[in-house]
Amino acid sequence: MSFINYASREINCKIVYYGPGLCGKTTNLQFIYQKTAPDAKGKMISLATETERTLFFDFLPLSLGEIRGFKTRFHLYTVPGQVFYDASRKLILKGVDGVVFVADSQEERIDANIESLENLRINLKEQGYDLDKLPYIIQYNKRDLPGVMTVEELRHELNTTDVPEYEACATTGEGVFETLKAVAKLILIDLKKGK
Amino acid sequence: MSNPTLVMYDEEFQEVNEVIGRLLKEANAKVIFLVDKNGQLISGVGETERFDTTSLASLTAGNIAATGGLAKLIGEKEFSILFHEGEKDNLHISIVGGRVILVVLFDNRSSLGLVRLRVKKSSEELSTIFEKLMKKSEEREKRGSSDFPFAEITDEDIDNLFS
Repeated sequence: MSFINYASREINCKIVYYGPGLCGKTTNLQFIYQKTAPDAKGKMISLATETERTLFFDFLPLSLGEIRGFKTRFHLYTVPGQVFYDASRKLILKGVDGVVFVADSQEERIDANIESLENLRINLKEQGYDLDKLPYIIQYNKRDLPGVMTVEELRHELNTTDVPEYEACATTGEGVFETLKAVAKLILIDLKKGK
Repeated sequence: MSNPTLVMYDEEFQEVNEVIGRLLKEANAKVIFLVDKNGQLISGVGETERFDTTSLASLTAGNIAATGGLAKLIGEKEFSILFHEGEKDNLHISIVGGRVILVVLFDNRSSLGLVRLRVKKSSEELSTIFEKLMKKSEEREKRGSSDFPFAEITDEDIDNLFS
């Protein structure tokens, strides 16, 4: 649910990065944070455990520029990926405008990917959303690692609804901005339709 | 979409600012913020420049969401007031009209009792404004009136954002 403020001429949207534990959601945000000009970003907040596992969420506010005199701002959130943090994940999906599902391309993580994607659908449904109607894209992360599944195999397992998909390596930043741009664009197009 | 987009117009924005501006004085507070439950900052008065308002809004909403989750676990609808006591500064956080969050930051020049009392009165006024705002949005939607700033944007406008 975006927030349009005519008084300050701003449009704010919320993007959530979802995916199994250790798939690279936080790394995506960290790369975006590092590579964004200081005047276009706010502080990145990570509510994490001592071992740097996400406990509640990461948050990064970005300002993209103006469209027709309105400042467009995107608030990027990640969810905690570990299975037992499900209650927290549900909270973060509230008011979401667009979703990036970050998949771990390693063969041994395919079950975790599938489980997380099902969990995403269920949690969205609880909030009254339908994943197929939301701006939604998939990122196949960790493409640099040996022993990863091919994109065709991943697509077959995870992208059954044929949404836009991107290959990435979040540690080096490859594909990270492409993913962000793609989902931001889908959200703006969705807004344009006026829902 | 399960929730309609929250739209804020100039008129209501001024009304909101009047109410929280008055509350700031009457409660002897340092800063007051109004935050959407999804973490978007709606407005702020007082010494706002001293704070990272965007982060504050996001964390407040996270806080309210988490305590809301706790409330449901024990069979409560929500905890409508949260109070955080610090060494110098304190935070009084309350839910207004079930939809927005009112954050009052105050120090020992004020007191919890005073803040609670004043917040109660202002909350009612704010509720009324937000109800009016929701109705206004709904009516505009029904009429199909398109003052929506994004209705006329082109693909090119969107692409330009990323160039």
